[in-house]
Amino acid sequence: MQLAEKRRRYWKKNLRLTGMLLAIWFIATFVVGWFARDLQSLTFLGFPLPFYMGAQGALLIYVAVVGYYAWRMDRLDREYAAQEGER
Amino acid sequence: MSGTQGRFVSQLKRHYSLYTGGFIGFVVMLAILEQMGVPNVMLGYIFLGATVLLYAGIGISSRTSDVTEYYVAGRRVPALFNGMATAADWMSAASFIGLAGTLYLSGYDGLAFVLGWTGGFCLVALLLAPYLRKFGQFTIPDFLGARYGGNLPRSIGVFAAILCSFTYVIAQIYGVGLIVSRFTGLEFGVGVFVGLGSILLCSFLGGMRAVTWTQVAQYVILIVAYMIPVVWLSVKHTGNPVPQVAYGYVLEKVTAREQVLNDPVTPDGAREAEVRAIFTQKQEQAEARLKALAAGGDAWLAAERGRVVKAAAELKARPGTDPRVIVAADRAVAEFPADVAAARTAWKKVADAAKAKAAPIPAHAEPFIGQNEAESDNKRKNFLALVLCLMVGTAALPHILTRFYTTPSVGEARQSVFWSLLFITLLYITVPALAVLAKYDVYTLLVGSSFSELPSWVSAWAAVDKTLMSVNDINMDGIVQLAEITMGGDLIMLATPEISGLPYVVTALVAAGGLAAALSTADGLLLTIANALSHDVYFKMVDPHASTARRLMISKGLLLVVAVSAAYVTSLKPGDILLLVGVAFSLAASAFFPALVLGVFWKRANKAGAVLGMVGGLGVCMYYMYTTYPFFGVNAPPWWDINPISGGIFGMAAGFAGVFVGSMLTAAPGKEIQDLVDHVRYPNPEGDIKTETA
Repeated sequence: MQLAEKRRRYWKKNLRLTGMLLAIWFIATFVVGWFARDLQSLTFLGFPLPFYMGAQGALLIYVAVVGYYAWRMDRLDREYAAQEGER
Repeated sequence: MSGTQGRFVSQLKRHYSLYTGGFIGFVVMLAILEQMGVPNVMLGYIFLGATVLLYAGIGISSRTSDVTEYYVAGRRVPALFNGMATAADWMSAASFIGLAGTLYLSGYDGLAFVLGWTGGFCLVALLLAPYLRKFGQFTIPDFLGARYGGNLPRSIGVFAAILCSFTYVIAQIYGVGLIVSRFTGLEFGVGVFVGLGSILLCSFLGGMRAVTWTQVAQYVILIVAYMIPVVWLSVKHTGNPVPQVAYGYVLEKVTAREQVLNDPVTPDGAREAEVRAIFTQKQEQAEARLKALAAGGDAWLAAERGRVVKAAAELKARPGTDPRVIVAADRAVAEFPADVAAARTAWKKVADAAKAKAAPIPAHAEPFIGQNEAESDNKRKNFLALVLCLMVGTAALPHILTRFYTTPSVGEARQSVFWSLLFITLLYITVPALAVLAKYDVYTLLVGSSFSELPSWVSAWAAVDKTLMSVNDINMDGIVQLAEITMGGDLIMLATPEISGLPYVVTALVAAGGLAAALSTADGLLLTIANALSHDVYFKMVDPHASTARRLMISKGLLLVVAVSAAYVTSLKPGDILLLVGVAFSLAASAFFPALVLGVFWKRANKAGAVLGMVGGLGVCMYYMYTTYPFFGVNAPPWWDINPISGGIFGMAAGFAGVFVGSMLTAAPGKEIQDLVDHVRYPNPEGDIKTETA
């Protein structure tokens, strides 16, 4: 019983994290892309903002998303004493 | 165990640091040889030969007769190194050589490739890699077979894996053939088989183990080869050695220059307008001919031929005619189309090319440029559809996903996606910078220069290949205008070392980098195909009791057969690279993604659903591409104006719908399957089952 509850909580946390990070991924890619023409007047480091996002910003966000997921899930695994392999 | 792994990691770090240092030393040595007067062709041979020998050396010293070593490199590739190997596996000849050109030619709209080919790794990390690693067998069809039960889902998986990997590998071997033939002067077909030989030397004896360690070495070469010329170009134009930061201000200057060239009030703009007017005239002439041809047919074509011949004769008879005009008239006679069909294609091409040249320069940084709102909206729709297709395709191509079977643990699988994406981003973040820097160079230094003293890289490349670079003095004013330059996309990367004024040795380095990119991807793909056949078909379905030695023998034999047939198909030069790449991504996205993701995240998904989803997705995608790609000649109207390259979005939708409908109409999967899903979801629960093949 205890095991099932532990698993349920672990999976729920994982799903919440995954959903949140996918939302960030979606906004950085598709929402920014959809409104690209409206954001054209804003500039960043000399770039028009949509161009910057497509050429650099979104890529850095992707790296951060994947890095944060690896780090956070590693901690979650340890919290639930579920880290595999020998310690 | 962890002590051994720790020693292994530090040993790897030492080896690859030494290797990187040695490689840089090698480049310096060749630079010295160049100064001593060794000819360029020789340098090209030494460079390509030495790197290929190096890969072969790693491949041969990694030979193995152990099944786990052969299929998944012993599952002890540390996250960092798996990241490098995945990055090399991932970045193909198209990324290395073609992408900068695509961005140069299409500006913002080309960023769809940059976004798609990096953002897909978010999906890999969040939805697939850790779960596949936990499952821990050898191939992607393995997972489909275990999760959905029975040989049918596995067989469909094998079919789809072979279909998309084979399509993709042809594009890679094509790239290998092009690079080898361009830099050594060998014929294309010979280049293909030379490249094939080096691919086989890497993977034949050591399977995944050998491929992994060569891919790490190839990543080092390709990233060094990309960075050196771009950093130099950046220093030349901005004084800043970090192109990714510096090019924002260059982009501002490019935008300003575009406005000048588009404005007929300025002297430069006036000259551009003059050239464009000539092109408009050419376009109208070609269109008038097409119209007359449609009305008059054969009879009119014969009469038109007579007129062209007569005009040439008259020009020659008249004394004092400019010899260039006579040459042009003679060429018009020689190239006059033979029949109505040929005339229609030829003049349509002339009209389209002239129309493109007659148009004002599109702004580099402006998204979705169209004649009107509807056209822009259509471009936006296609841009986003392409991004989605490439992303999902990334997260479904079997040769990438299998790389995550090779790490020691689930945690390291997650970390290794991070390293992969970081190493990949390093290149993709540089590509748009290169496109802008090269554009700045062309717009300011080449445009406005005199035809009598063109920059040396222009004349050098124009002499090599007219499709890559040609300049024609259309309005005969002796000065280069932008509309007079015709450039092939691949030129941007290939010519960057010369544009930045670097010695030839760097050009050879770029060729070696492109070769590394193409070879590493081809290695991974061929291994995926051969393993799907040997492991999934032979071992899992035909003879489950086969001995280890027999399995490996079959694997290696199949690898040979697959490689030779891929090279044979490539030497026939089918289609163009972009088409092949688009087909591969869309097929992978449609066939695998829904069944794999729902297999982990939806326990209710069952065999009927998986079969329906995979067959439906694949079927819809193949049907759409077949009917809409001009290559196949059906030319049916596209659905919702979506370009054929993004046909995968319909396949994906059909795939998800198929898995859902099929699963809901039939019984829920049994207890063992539910346990398997639990096992894949939790890193190490108590009372767990075991699926990993050691």
